[in-house]
Amino acid sequence: MNEKIIKFVQGNEACVEAAIYAGLGFFAGYPITPSTEIAELLSVRLPQTGGKFLQMEDEIASICAIIGASLTGNKVMTATSGPGFSLMQEALGYAVMAEIPCVIVNVQRGGPSTGNPTHVSQGDINQARWGTHGDHSIIVLTASNHQDVFSITVDAFNMAEMYRTPVILLFDEVVAHLREGLTIPEKGALDIVDRLKTSVKRGVDFHPYLPREDGRLPMSDFGGIHRYNVTGLFHDMWGFPSSDPKVVHGLLRHLVDKIENNVYDISRYKEYFLEDARTIFVSYGSSARSALHVVKNRRARGERIGLLELQTLWPFPAGIVREKCSEAQCIIVVEMNMGQVLQQVKTAVDNPDKVFLANRIDGELITPTDIRNIMRLIQGRGV
Amino acid sequence: MAIKDYIRERFFPQMWCPGCGHGIILNGLIKAVEELGLNKNDIVMVSGIGCSARISGYLDFHTMHTLHGRALAFATGIKMSRPELNVLVPMGDGDALAIGGNHFIHAARRNIDMTAIVMNNRVYGMTGGQYSPLSGYGTLATTAPYTNIDHPFDVVDLAVAVGATFVARSTTYHIRQLTDLIKKAITHKGFSVVEILSQCPTYYGRKNKEGNAYEMMELMKQTTTPVGSEAKKQNHDLIETGVFVETDKPEYCTEYDKIIERAKKDN
Ligand SMILES: Cc1ncc(C[n+]2csc(CCOP(=O)(O)OP(=O)(O)O)c2C)c(N)n1
Ligand code: SF4
Ligand SMILES: [Mg+2]
Repeated sequence: MNEKIIKFVQGNEACVEAAIYAGLGFFAGYPITPSTEIAELLSVRLPQTGGKFLQMEDEIASICAIIGASLTGNKVMTATSGPGFSLMQEALGYAVMAEIPCVIVNVQRGGPSTGNPTHVSQGDINQARWGTHGDHSIIVLTASNHQDVFSITVDAFNMAEMYRTPVILLFDEVVAHLREGLTIPEKGALDIVDRLKTSVKRGVDFHPYLPREDGRLPMSDFGGIHRYNVTGLFHDMWGFPSSDPKVVHGLLRHLVDKIENNVYDISRYKEYFLEDARTIFVSYGSSARSALHVVKNRRARGERIGLLELQTLWPFPAGIVREKCSEAQCIIVVEMNMGQVLQQVKTAVDNPDKVFLANRIDGELITPTDIRNIMRLIQGRGV
Repeated sequence: MAIKDYIRERFFPQMWCPGCGHGIILNGLIKAVEELGLNKNDIVMVSGIGCSARISGYLDFHTMHTLHGRALAFATGIKMSRPELNVLVPMGDGDALAIGGNHFIHAARRNIDMTAIVMNNRVYGMTGGQYSPLSGYGTLATTAPYTNIDHPFDVVDLAVAVGATFVARSTTYHIRQLTDLIKKAITHKGFSVVEILSQCPTYYGRKNKEGNAYEMMELMKQTTTPVGSEAKKQNHDLIETGVFVETDKPEYCTEYDKIIERAKKDN
């Protein structure tokens, strides 16, 4: 029997442990605050498991290296923060186009530019969605505490395999550096999705880009029994470049639909006291910790208030937000940016006029007191 | 095996202009692989973006056509994961040394076992004839209408300086030498660089009045000489061809295996 391991760790370490639990075999990265601990810890842990850790010359090389490693059959990851994440955008699009599973951690700092490296921010929500050029769809996940960082990281690896796509883990500096307890689940306690490999035999024509009926696309390890082409150009079922309008249209639809059509399966969220709530916070990451604190205090005083904590940010779970907030009189989005998730919530609900923003953009964690003060303003009671 | 056993006929006719040097390199590369008796299944070819980079699609290996300048970085992930594979990385001059210059010097520094082939036509062919870092001072290009004031790299000197353990140069005129050098580079354990001077009659040739493909290749014959030759001492402007460096240095994947052993022992 496996013994449960309990650790007192930073969020970054929870992410590392989860990646190894999920079967990480290859990591390449370039140091950047506040994600650096992920690289440092993996340089120790990965070779112990027979995996490989590489410090590359920059973030572009890092994401390219993990994409190459993934093609050969590895589960792969890189970790970075804003400036590095910006550098990765072109190759991120390559992984979308070539449908290569990979996990990219962005521990957010304040931006733009070098910004506020050692302070908290949640300013990269829209960049994660739209940073690479062209129409596409992408999965972006987040978490507010270490146990959830662990499970959402495992989810990220699973979804990367399931949908053959890059998955972005968007953490923030507070969650990454805060220390708290983490129980590492026993082996087998969490489901692990392994690479779906083709059953096509050696010598039989293999179509690397011909999805099965269920939309999934089995892979053949690069360097293995099937030789095929991979490209970032629009391509046909053999992976050969094509600009045939039918091929282009079909592939773009496939890339978007395989994710958007599964938004309910991809959506991860937590709800607190939503049943009868008239005021609902919508939040995520470390902001959700403060929001939850306010909810618990006010519930104790009998107020009908609740929290919808989003863990899937993209594809945006609009249906879930609409449904959960249908009875609310006041919806307050708590986040540390100028309203990036706010815009999504406004679009999702029936009446955007009842959606308000409680935010902080100065590099400091939004506190329960901040939220209370902003609520007084919203309610016209002054601070 | 016959040449056609190494190509993907489905992909033909190829996209290169008549007389483009890149097709000669494709031919030499196939000959090299054939003469070495390599199994197609053991070869991975990773290319970037450019006319040169299209070479990968025509070959029946495991082929990956990546991003402009990044081929070596993708290849590093593949090679580290499957060190037993032969990894070939053909690149254009812009691909390898402008946008990809950083990856080029670091891959060489690590001495990771792969073969970088720089298909140097001294121009950005694919985008229509702009100058590259290899065009050279005084040349003309669509973005250097008043002559180019950029000084070029010497690919061989650069590769040697940054630690490549096999460095060679040939031209599309010298098809036999080109083939032999690619063979040596593939066999060498470590980071190998083969620069091959190639012709782009469509842009470089036309802009710089070097004539058609035949005349451009004739010029390559006249302006080159075997490394260490008497002719070079007489005429310093001649470009040397042949093998410049062939040394042993710990190879990256092999070294990483030792790291794994150490980590497992310490654990
Ligand atoms: C990031 C990026 N920038 C620019 C381009 C446009 N581009 C495509 S190929 C190329 C240059 C090709 O020149 P070279 O590498 O020398 O190859 P050649 O076509 O001459 O064989 C450029 C600038 C691109 N595809 N990607
Ligand atoms: S443009 Fe130049 S490099 Fe490109 S195919 Fe034509 S001749 Fe070759
Ligand atoms: Mg060129």
